[in-house]
Amino acid sequence: MEVSFQLNNKPITISVVEDMPLLWVLREQLDLKGTKFGCGMAMCGACTVHVDGEAIRSCSYPVSLVAGKKVTSIEGLGDKNNLHPVQKAWSEEIVPQCGYCQSGFMMATAALLTKIPKPTDEEIDQNISNICRCGTYTRMRKAIHKAAELS
Amino acid sequence: MKRRNFLIKTGLGVSIAAGLGVSSCGPIRRILAKQVDETTLPYDNDADENIWFQIMADNTCILHSPKVEMGQGIFTALAQIAAEELDVDWTNIKVVHASTEHGPIDAMSTGGSLTVSGLFEPLSQLAANMRALLIVNAAKAYKWPLEQIKTDAGFLIYGNQKKSYGELVAGITKWDTGFKEPKLKDKKDYKYVGKPLPRVDLLEKITGKPLYGIDADFKDMVYASVLRPPAFGAKIGAIDDSEAKKTPTFIKLVQDKDLVATVAGSKYWADAAKNALKVDWIMPAKLVQQEDVNKLIGVEKGKKIVIQKEGGRLSDIDEVFTQNYESPMGAHGHIEPNGAVAFFTPDKLTIKLSTQVAKMTRFQVAEALNISEDKIDIQAQYLGGGFGRRLLTSHAIDAARISKVLGKPVHVFFERREEFQNGFLRPPCKNKLSATVQNKKITHLEHQTASADVAFHSPLLPFFVKPLTGPMAQGLLGADFGAWRGGMLLYHGIPNYSTTAYHNTLPFQTSWWRGLGLMANTFAIESFFDELAINYKIDALKLRLEHLADDESGNAMKGVLNVVAKMADWGRKMPEGTGLGLACSTDVTVPVAQIAEVSVIDGIIKVKKVYCAIDPGFVVNPDGVKAQCEGAINMGLSSALFEEILIKDGKATPDNYAAYGISTIKDAPEIETVILSTGEKPKGIGEPPIGPIAAAIANAVYAATGKRLRKMPLQEELNKQLV
Repeated sequence: MEVSFQLNNKPITISVVEDMPLLWVLREQLDLKGTKFGCGMAMCGACTVHVDGEAIRSCSYPVSLVAGKKVTSIEGLGDKNNLHPVQKAWSEEIVPQCGYCQSGFMMATAALLTKIPKPTDEEIDQNISNICRCGTYTRMRKAIHKAAELS
Repeated sequence: MKRRNFLIKTGLGVSIAAGLGVSSCGPIRRILAKQVDETTLPYDNDADENIWFQIMADNTCILHSPKVEMGQGIFTALAQIAAEELDVDWTNIKVVHASTEHGPIDAMSTGGSLTVSGLFEPLSQLAANMRALLIVNAAKAYKWPLEQIKTDAGFLIYGNQKKSYGELVAGITKWDTGFKEPKLKDKKDYKYVGKPLPRVDLLEKITGKPLYGIDADFKDMVYASVLRPPAFGAKIGAIDDSEAKKTPTFIKLVQDKDLVATVAGSKYWADAAKNALKVDWIMPAKLVQQEDVNKLIGVEKGKKIVIQKEGGRLSDIDEVFTQNYESPMGAHGHIEPNGAVAFFTPDKLTIKLSTQVAKMTRFQVAEALNISEDKIDIQAQYLGGGFGRRLLTSHAIDAARISKVLGKPVHVFFERREEFQNGFLRPPCKNKLSATVQNKKITHLEHQTASADVAFHSPLLPFFVKPLTGPMAQGLLGADFGAWRGGMLLYHGIPNYSTTAYHNTLPFQTSWWRGLGLMANTFAIESFFDELAINYKIDALKLRLEHLADDESGNAMKGVLNVVAKMADWGRKMPEGTGLGLACSTDVTVPVAQIAEVSVIDGIIKVKKVYCAIDPGFVVNPDGVKAQCEGAINMGLSSALFEEILIKDGKATPDNYAAYGISTIKDAPEIETVILSTGEKPKGIGEPPIGPIAAAIANAVYAATGKRLRKMPLQEELNKQLV
């Protein structure tokens, strides 16, 4: 089937297999590899992107559902010359270690901040459920608060 | 260019003992065990300077790293070291993974917290040599007097003339290599080394650049998914692919002897096709169960070696205090799945993957495909987590074989459930500790530790113990040195102490995991110390300080203990339901002390804060050290509180993240780290801080609740005690 949507603020029409998860369309067909595969079961959050501003786990989100919607991946969040406040905060706190899960965390954080601009620690705990095995959580929490200030 | 003798090539000193034969193995094993415990392996490679550094016309300098970046921050530390002695601007240095074809690759692995400690001196000297080489060639090219040439941040300067390194290098066709080996900088003159500079890979990692093995590709690449056994010992029988063929983008089923894989136009559909195969699995006569594991692993079970012994044994006359502790099997939980991207042609095989063992991978692929190593190029990519899992990369062989069958480049990666079932596990550990205390002094302390394979049966073992082949080394060493890592008692102020290790091999693979046996053994030893302190009414800090010897390692440990006690205000009165717990360990000669502050409300353990004091010697990047402490504490906390793999009907369970229970941000404590920096040389930091955390938490839970948790995972153990 053909599906049309906004991808990182640009309109796109692409031929896809209907029930293919959005993750693989982004990675394999559109060569946007910042969105990561971790578990394929929406458990780890490495594949988090925004669909109409909501954080979704793209490994378990059929591409057909994005028709007519706005999709933002890490590549559309900001670039090196124009970092998103979340990326700036991540940079200032030197959050990443291996870095593999970080796109998903930054996308989840950016979506959280549009809903709750100044989240408390409890609100962070309730809303950020991704997994980082390097254990960068301690710096992430600082970065989320900093991003809230920068936003 | 002539090879430099500063690239020290030695093994572990095992060759000295190997010649003595196995007959008198008791004392020899003890000497070996001590060496294995204390030795930090030197960097082992004899590549030339010009392979390490590439100076580009735009004056950037590319450092080809022989070690891989898995998050531990070594690219940054190596860039600091190189920039310092080569005298290039920090922002102009780029670090890439050396490929086996072109670069200097460490023969052993990236692991064991050995990169910065092993490379600090050789890389400093190489970079200084490279700078000397540039000066010699500038003198020749520009007809400048050699002695009067200076360098400054990537520029060669003579009087008021200035040329960039890049400009010089671009113009040289034949290098003059006759330089005098220069002296290294005085540490007080360092501009970059010792500073908390941000990671060199920071920008790429926050903008989602395709850095990792799973992101690698080749033109016209297809995707394959390998059929892996659903239970230990299961073998592939008849296969019906009629349903698999109907999955979208399906290309073909590859069957090459024991290797079966579906090939499709997407990883997603290759996996789907594989899962649509109807396979008659030939199951083993008896499936492994958890009881089999429990029966094999225990004190007095399997091969036994005394790894440490001072003074006499416990006597039957004295009152002996004894306790037993237990740690479960664990998974690595790295987020990037394992796999490889391979392209086989008759002339050359190229493999891109995340690996801790590029050189060993090349060797194994060459053996498996019966091709010569010089036809294979292994291109290491950034790792989406290592933690020891990527010391075994047999999937590179799968990818190479599939590419050979297809005649096309192929991308072959695990599914998540396969990471739990078809990788390898951290072995279980059981410990027994016994002590005699007289007049508030420990007179005897005995530690018995029992576990399964870590180094044994690993293809890496011969790389560690060079003069011996695997089985011979295993015989000589007795129990597995990886499994008993962290098991040696540090309290050399006790007159009589010993550690005995027991080893059995399980019917499935167990192996490397961050810190190896460090966390499990420290959990037992340091929980026991807390129990001794409570039982004999001695302050837990005082008990430790008084039983450390007045020697280098004892004093280093006293240093971090005193600092962490001050940080946490040890001994302060805590509100009800909260407590402080102290623990310490030494790994790769790095002492770490931690105090956990926990609350237990409605039976839920919450670690609120962890205080950490570490002494890793000379520090190249203090922020990197702090990051490793924070990461190790969070990973160790997750493993200690929540994680456990059990075997059921030949399966490792659970096989998904949610059930396995890896911690999330809500579980993460505040962490305060203080770095002591004793000595001139850097030591390892990737693993040491994972040592004390489990015991620190368990001891804090006791302080908060009076419940003693002697078995991990701690939350589950507390739940059981509260029923």
